[in-house]
Amino acid sequence: MRKLTLTRPALLSTCASALLGLALLQSQAFAQAPAAGQTPGKEAPAAESPAAPKAETNAEGHTPQGANGAPATQKAEEDTTPPPVAWSFTGLFGHFDTAQLQRGFKIYKEVCSNCHAMKYVAFRNLADPGGPEFSESQVKALAASYQIHDGPNDTGEMFDRPGRPSDYFPWAFPNAAAARAALGGLPPDMSVLAKARSWERGFPQFIFDAFTQSEEAEGPTYIHAILNGYTHPDDPNWNLYMPGHKIAMAKPLSDGQVEYTDGSPQTVAQYSQDVAAFLMWVAEPKLEERKATGFRVVIILAVFAGLLFFIKRRIWARVGGDVVVGAP
Amino acid sequence: MSGPSTYVPKSAAARWLETRLPILGLVHSSFIAFPNPRNLNYFWTFGGILAFMLVAQIATGVTLAMHYTPESTLAFSSVEHIMRDVNYGWLLRYVHANGASMFFIAVYIHIFRGIYYGSYKAPREVLWLLGIVIYLLMMATGFMGYVLPWGQMSGWGATVITSLFSAIPFVGNAVTQWLWGGFAVDNATLNRFFSLHYLLPFMIAGVVVLHIWALHVPGSNNPAGIEPKSSKDTLPFHPYFTVKDGFSLVCFLVFYAWFVFFIPNYLNHADNYIEFNPLVTPAHIVPEWYYLPFYAILRSIPDKLGGVIAMFSAIVLLAFLPWLDTSRIKSANYRPLYRIAFWFFVLDAILLGFIGSQPPEGGYVIAGQLLTAYYFIHLLVIVPLLGLFETPRPLPASIADAVLGHGHGSAAAMSARATSAPNTRG
Repeated sequence: MRKLTLTRPALLSTCASALLGLALLQSQAFAQAPAAGQTPGKEAPAAESPAAPKAETNAEGHTPQGANGAPATQKAEEDTTPPPVAWSFTGLFGHFDTAQLQRGFKIYKEVCSNCHAMKYVAFRNLADPGGPEFSESQVKALAASYQIHDGPNDTGEMFDRPGRPSDYFPWAFPNAAAARAALGGLPPDMSVLAKARSWERGFPQFIFDAFTQSEEAEGPTYIHAILNGYTHPDDPNWNLYMPGHKIAMAKPLSDGQVEYTDGSPQTVAQYSQDVAAFLMWVAEPKLEERKATGFRVVIILAVFAGLLFFIKRRIWARVGGDVVVGAP
Repeated sequence: MSGPSTYVPKSAAARWLETRLPILGLVHSSFIAFPNPRNLNYFWTFGGILAFMLVAQIATGVTLAMHYTPESTLAFSSVEHIMRDVNYGWLLRYVHANGASMFFIAVYIHIFRGIYYGSYKAPREVLWLLGIVIYLLMMATGFMGYVLPWGQMSGWGATVITSLFSAIPFVGNAVTQWLWGGFAVDNATLNRFFSLHYLLPFMIAGVVVLHIWALHVPGSNNPAGIEPKSSKDTLPFHPYFTVKDGFSLVCFLVFYAWFVFFIPNYLNHADNYIEFNPLVTPAHIVPEWYYLPFYAILRSIPDKLGGVIAMFSAIVLLAFLPWLDTSRIKSANYRPLYRIAFWFFVLDAILLGFIGSQPPEGGYVIAGQLLTAYYFIHLLVIVPLLGLFETPRPLPASIADAVLGHGHGSAAAMSARATSAPNTRG
């Protein structure tokens, strides 16, 4: 025989407020990430600090000559879980770091786009709010620097013309077979790549993920790990974080390869974060709008629920109150 | 929907309509004056939530269909077009995709509520059977909807599920090819799945009307599991249950919104953002979470045909619950042993779901087989036998007694308000 003195709505609202509190705490924890992200100089140490043993491996990864490299690699081989990264876009109020997206785009343009397609992204998207936010004239100039295969014209001929902002990013290869012939494999399209990659989270981690939103960062974290996972200098197709450790893509980035104009460190550690963040924007361009809308929606619904609760209590008071628990 | 209406039209226009089509009286007697047991708890609000979800899914789905292309080379990119270029397309798609999961969360709570409180027992057997029909239609709709984005899990999930029919002796392969419209999951399959995915929700809506009709003849069951005896036992649907359902719905929407806006891909599989390629099989083919318990049962039987039979009978057996359950006491609150068995059954279903999400190897196989065995033992052995051997606790004399604490068997667990203000009633 139990005596329940707490009514269920009271329990519910307690749970709801506890959840909301948890979510807010969560967002405060994440709120520090964009602050670090906006000052590019501070980013590199932040990148390496979350997983101390792995930072060692990373450093070893892009300085290929190391006499003591073997034991460190062996140690790292045991843990193939991608190391966490402090992204600016996770959390309740997450948003992209515009400067980072612009740097990431530079890496895409100079390195990735030599092999990878990005067919669902148009030049005009680079000027969209919540993205790299290049100016209209920058986008126009960029688009014009590409040659777009178009046609047929009035005489039935195909022709090349300078790109326009409404054009989609062209691929370096005319078709998949050409890419396969040239590269020995088909590089995945990058448009939704950051949402198409994850790893097994396992129990109970996947339960926590529902509250921490860390599922969202899985793809870019995985991409970041892959770019830092070339830890066997003698084998360019060996990757620590790739399932089976064999990756068709040889080590694509090395220190100093891409020139930054904003003073950010020109290291693989920095490049990999920037390009992974860019790919996250490419895969989820409405992320900022989604989170901003969501916050308002949840607040409005919570207030509405609170009002309904009091109205309901008043209405049911006429008949002696609602029995919430029911018969024993 | 039951008995003559007590509705009296107030305006001339209402009187004009009512004498020609008594629809206002129907609404009045079904959703305003309808007497509901006064002791319904919050588990009874999920029917309203499900009605809302059906409308929400149809509304978002019809809009999405305006921008979606059911053609195998264009389907994936049309979904990306919705996500990138359609105004609030990202919102519509996430509301619709997560809406399917919310629909199933609500329906599972609704079903388990019915099982706990014996809502399937006389005189509500037809109501229960219609509910099982709705559930089957929902599973078909959800499955076909998951195929439409044409990602890797879409295509391979469709391949696995449609291949189940090839287990049928003699005609299996012919049936499977007939379902595919070819020799593999391809454009013809996508086309017909889209067509059926658009059709089935309206069939669900039709059966929901029957479900509500069958509900309004005997009225709702209630936590005490005894039928209302006098007007003291019931309250009019409006305003008491409209406001209670409304409050519950908005709380549910907060939960729903968390998924849509903050973890929109949490219940999805990352592989479904890779366009379907019939030549590349994903490492693990996993169906949507709401099929996982049945998927685990399917894989627990080493024989293909046996697995398919076990999986379908796991669902069909639920339809026979009104006749498998031999106890005349409805509510598990008065059945001390059944109550324990119920929670073991819930645990069994959850664990089966977990097994279904894991690769079928090692200990997971044996665990899955034991859990599958328990699923059937519960329904075929425990439930029938408990009704014969269990000694139920005494039932309250009436719902009003149960609520207001005057009955002997129900003195505990009363509402704080009812005990603190005993003079307002009774």
